[in-house]
Amino acid sequence: MATIRGMSLDDIEARCEAMLVASDAALSAAAVQRADELLALGEAVLEIWLAARGGVPTTETVEGFRLLALHRQGARGEPSFNACRESCRELVYHHNLVRLDPAHAEVARRLRLGAMVARHLVLFIGGKLEVAGLGEFCCAARPLRQSEAQANEIV
Amino acid sequence: MSTKYKQVAYYPGCALEGTGHAYDRSTRELGKALGLDLVELKNWNCCGAMEVKNVDPKLQTYLSARNLSIAEDMGLKTVMAPCNGCYHNLKKAEYDLAHDAGSQEVTDRLSRKAGHRTYEAGKVTTIHALDWIREAIGEDGIKARVKNSLTGLKVANYYGCMYSRPRHIFPEKDKGPGSESTYKPHFMDDLLAAAGAENVEYPLKTACCGGAHTLSDSDTSTKLVLNLLTTAEACGADVIATECPTCHTGLEMHQVRAEKVFGRKTTVKILYFTQLLGMALGLTARKVGVPENLSDPSELLRARGLG
Repeated sequence: MATIRGMSLDDIEARCEAMLVASDAALSAAAVQRADELLALGEAVLEIWLAARGGVPTTETVEGFRLLALHRQGARGEPSFNACRESCRELVYHHNLVRLDPAHAEVARRLRLGAMVARHLVLFIGGKLEVAGLGEFCCAARPLRQSEAQANEIV
Repeated sequence: MSTKYKQVAYYPGCALEGTGHAYDRSTRELGKALGLDLVELKNWNCCGAMEVKNVDPKLQTYLSARNLSIAEDMGLKTVMAPCNGCYHNLKKAEYDLAHDAGSQEVTDRLSRKAGHRTYEAGKVTTIHALDWIREAIGEDGIKARVKNSLTGLKVANYYGCMYSRPRHIFPEKDKGPGSESTYKPHFMDDLLAAAGAENVEYPLKTACCGGAHTLSDSDTSTKLVLNLLTTAEACGADVIATECPTCHTGLEMHQVRAEKVFGRKTTVKILYFTQLLGMALGLTARKVGVPENLSDPSELLRARGLG
């Protein structure tokens, strides 16, 4: 598993970008390592979110994947975090797809799609760190301004 | 084909009278072409959308409940809402009225004050335009009616968030074969495939587009949308099919903004699924409102013999 501890979101995004522009030959030659790296990058993104919220990222797994356990941990009490539930599962799916057949003719394409999913995760979490309410209104169906309105006696 | 949704109450919602007008036009034309009867709710009001829900969710529940009660008064059991936001809000109101005494109390109080009957949960069913076409016509029904097949058109289906989140307000989903999935929605894929389209594997079908923050944090939204667009292109898509006016407008608007602000040009076209199905059934591009879209797909459509 690639070592990604201590990476910032910008570093992680840069790793995704590097994978997107890498040649087919380079990706195919190290398909399993790259697939593991993608998963590790996804975990690193969620660790950053959890740490920023004062949490200790879990080492448990869900369905055999730490990424899914981290997502579950992040979503506890934070339903808007489900906005990235499918992205986490897609990342696991692409990881598995490459792992199952690392010599597949489309392995480079599969890795790139996985990198795009990982990049979306980075962008979403980066966005949530800027504006915590991202996903709150839509994915969690929660009001964003209720407390302000109550404080100002609007409602 | 089922007769269940042959006639439904139509709730266009505010977006379909504005930025999503092409969706309204194509939905109505598609219904007409398929022999389905859309009866617009009389004197409908806002579903509570972003503005009201953000401040007072119980007031949003009341506003959505009023629309449901209008359908009931019109003798219609099903409300069809093509907009994900409206669909989500009507479903949420239904859920809240069934599970939350506070919402029931507020809805009752405001209904009395407004001088109409209080809506009771369970009297009316809310469906999306995708449910409507799939249930009333079905994939085989679409196949049988295709005049201009979408063969060769590669489509990435983008469902956005409010079609399937939060899961608990959509109890009919994730019920196994035949039902819609919140993990990997497929109703739009199924209908467009029936019209001949080649659906590409698109891993960001329900990923966040930053829609609600499009004005407060435009750069985040633009980056999220840019990733949706570039991923669709990497998947080989010619077109992103949408089923929500907010998603559609967001994708189109940030496609332009991504080029202006970040110098990143993408060429994938964005069309409502109702526009694609309508053209497959032989309707012209103009008839289904394609000229109202921001991105101009005319060259692509001409090359495919559509519109």
